[in-house]
Amino acid sequence: MSARRPVIALVIALVAGVIATPAPRALHAQGAQGVQGASPRLRVPVTVDTLPNGLTLIVHEDHSVPTVATNVWFHVGSGDEKPGRTGFAHLFEHLMFMGSEHAQYPQFDRLLESAGASNNGTTNNDRTAYYEWGPRHALPLMLWLEADRMGWLLPTMDSAKVDAQREVVKNERRQGVENQPYGIVEDISAPAMYPKDHPYSWPVIGSMADLSAASLEDTKEFFRKYYAPNNAVIVVAGDVKGDSVRALVRQLFADIPRGPAIARPTPAPIVPRDTVIVAEDRVQLPRLYLSWHAVPRFHADDAALEVTQYLLSGARNARLTSAVVYEQELARDVYAQNDAKKLAGDFTVVATARPGKALNVVRDAIDRELVRLATDGPTDRELQQARNALESQFLNRLEFVNAKAEQLNEYYYFTGTPDAFQRDLDRMQGVTAADVKRVVNQYLRAPRVTVSVVPTGKKELAATAGGAQ
Amino acid sequence: MSRAHLARHAATAVGATLFAVASATSPAPAQPAVRERPPALGSAAPLTVPAVHRERLANGLALSVVEQRELPLVQLVVSFPGGARLDAANAGIAAFTANMLDEGAGTRDAATLQSELAFLGASLQTGADWDRITVSLKVPVRSLAPALDLLADVIRRPTFASAEVKRQRDLRLTAILQQRDQPNALADIAFNSTLFPTGHPYHRNAGGDSATVAAIDSSAVRNFYARALRPEHAQVVVVGDIAAERARAELQRRLGDWRAAGAPAVAAAVTTAPRREVRTRVYLVDKPGAAQSVISIGWPGVDRLSPDYAPLMVMNTLLGGSFSSRLNSNLREAKGYTYGASSRFTFRKLPGPFIASAAVRTNVTDSSLVEFFKELRAIRDQPVSNDELQRAKAYVELALPGSLESTSQVAGAIAQLAVFDLPLAELSTYAAKVRRVTTADVQRVARQYLHPDQASVIVVGDLNSVRPSIEALKLGEIVVLDLAALTR
Repeated sequence: MSARRPVIALVIALVAGVIATPAPRALHAQGAQGVQGASPRLRVPVTVDTLPNGLTLIVHEDHSVPTVATNVWFHVGSGDEKPGRTGFAHLFEHLMFMGSEHAQYPQFDRLLESAGASNNGTTNNDRTAYYEWGPRHALPLMLWLEADRMGWLLPTMDSAKVDAQREVVKNERRQGVENQPYGIVEDISAPAMYPKDHPYSWPVIGSMADLSAASLEDTKEFFRKYYAPNNAVIVVAGDVKGDSVRALVRQLFADIPRGPAIARPTPAPIVPRDTVIVAEDRVQLPRLYLSWHAVPRFHADDAALEVTQYLLSGARNARLTSAVVYEQELARDVYAQNDAKKLAGDFTVVATARPGKALNVVRDAIDRELVRLATDGPTDRELQQARNALESQFLNRLEFVNAKAEQLNEYYYFTGTPDAFQRDLDRMQGVTAADVKRVVNQYLRAPRVTVSVVPTGKKELAATAGGAQ
Repeated sequence: MSRAHLARHAATAVGATLFAVASATSPAPAQPAVRERPPALGSAAPLTVPAVHRERLANGLALSVVEQRELPLVQLVVSFPGGARLDAANAGIAAFTANMLDEGAGTRDAATLQSELAFLGASLQTGADWDRITVSLKVPVRSLAPALDLLADVIRRPTFASAEVKRQRDLRLTAILQQRDQPNALADIAFNSTLFPTGHPYHRNAGGDSATVAAIDSSAVRNFYARALRPEHAQVVVVGDIAAERARAELQRRLGDWRAAGAPAVAAAVTTAPRREVRTRVYLVDKPGAAQSVISIGWPGVDRLSPDYAPLMVMNTLLGGSFSSRLNSNLREAKGYTYGASSRFTFRKLPGPFIASAAVRTNVTDSSLVEFFKELRAIRDQPVSNDELQRAKAYVELALPGSLESTSQVAGAIAQLAVFDLPLAELSTYAAKVRRVTTADVQRVARQYLHPDQASVIVVGDLNSVRPSIEALKLGEIVVLDLAALTR
């Protein structure tokens, strides 16, 4: 969620217009092939080292193109915030670009651009990621900048910087929430799904009031606690020599002191219950959000829910797409998402009604398809399509070294093994029809949270309690 | 999960190297402690423009093949020139026809066709922009043959069944209705309709409006298809794990005997010029209660083939084309008015617009306009600093080879250059031209192509709150546009 900045139209628009294709470079590894039959094992060779101060370094060499990506995860997200200071992890993400002792603001961006490199950061419930990508000769600069802000950020931090980025983040919130059709759901869904005090019970971007309340002292405390080498993992991937990367990282990061041990509170227990919420917005069409509690990432049922998401809305012949958008023509679009996080996960179906259709009708049609899938399960053909399509998507996601670096960090975070590519693929490929039936039955039935966003003054179009399940 | 979100940002990931950056990285000649100064960077890797095999089938179809063997993947981009520029009175027909191509083809209905593609691990996309209709296919090489059968059906034998046409028309009309919710879409529509007068092909949205889309039926689609998708105009680019001979044989087998019937579509002569305001004029669109105002400022832009292309790109990079550009540094970072401000020249077969834009907090709409105009004038009035120039040049030049990283990027670059009849070697020529840009060039092109005193200014926001303060700026005549008419 909540990247620090919009992507500015890059200057490489040599010619204008839209490139209609998504950009494909699959995994650079032995045997990232094909879709059917037995594929050779997928391997992404990495080294993992830990410095005495606790910093973990993962290096992956990929010499297919002369580019490099760095990807730093600090294991702190909105789930580590205090009530009353929500949005702080993301605000802090912005502050990390505001200069450090040897690279004063705005040198971070300027130095990288001068080397032909770009950078960005993102925050979610569980972690904050910082990344740079560009020509391989920019690597020493990327690491030097990351080291300087990890070790020497606080001496240059002041209230003016906090105030400036507070305004930027409030503008980000306006752009993504207040001024966005259906944006209000951002504020509604998390508190409806999770009990008060659960780390996931507030939105990542936080509230305007909490953003206003953030102080310089909060910033310093947050940095000292979470932005320490022992709470960080750096991935370097691309056209590099592993030995020289390891030497460079030691040289730049080894003298940054270890931070305190971090005690994370146990989350409040989740007791699912039916909740029905209606919100009005300045929109033309009503939209329905159905959310269920599902499972954390890499839970035994996570893969089956990923496959279920594809079976519901991943293709033109998917269950919900086919029934609700095409055959019955009730919805303009429908979209299922399995959102699996560290402590918990949720599964959401979103559908926008067509003009003149009420959300109860849309909801009942969705429920009928869920019941049908839970009862009969997918056909062999459907399941094989899902496996093949998901495998291709899986490989395509990783075609850029930047995306691969992020994936290495994610696997390390969730499984302790950065090269979990084949394991991840295997669990997806191993999902059976019985698994799908089971997870639909177990997770995608009542109780659930139903949110209707309706055009102002049209509450009668909202979904009511109940449904056909 | 952040997955989707990250992909959206990382998708533009570019980078790779061309030539060493000179002074802009401030390399330290002496060697103080490792921490004190940024590290000196080694030389950058050279740009490699891929070798392209080109030939033409007997029916005129132009084929370009680039072998890229690292991965067992093949990317195809098939383009048909013309696109929405051929719409004439049927605004939206090109985009609609492109969208219909994979809604049933050969003996397969839409769901079957798309499930078979997915089953092969292939993805197929169809679309139109102003200059062409494009069908692109990405497929694991082992599924190439059956996927090409499907692609050939999509191109040669689309069904255009009446029921599917009606369904897609209803969906398109719904999408047009939803544009009213989206301030950016409203700003674009308002901008196009003011900058390009009635009669100009860019006057209406490429997707059409509700009146023109409602009039689309299967015979209109068939007619447009027959005139616009023709083998003698087709350009096929194949990039990936495939030899040129095999690519030629596979395409010859499926598309070699394709002959179009009837007359080809010809773009009507354009007699209407884009409108540059005599004096800056402000067009307002009301979005009651909006938390932000979407601002677009612009005027007719430049021809892609202009000899000033390279200096223009450098000028725009430092004005509003990069994160550390003047517009973003000022409006986002220094003033805190927006989440991002930027500018761009849009290149189409006919010159597209220049646009500077941002979504700004409602209560600083007037102040934001002041800052926009300040920057648009400053870059004309004073020469840029050498430091800024070097940074912008390095960024443009060094990011360029990164746009040739993947098979689809290579295929996309070849297909896009073809729109302007430019060879792939243009990439290296362009890099060389960028290196030669001087501060004097930047100022000259800023003066020649930026027209802050003759701008069209669009503001989409809560007019009750913002109108009085905009009037007080006395930028120029104020015109309130009717939302219903814009989104009809």
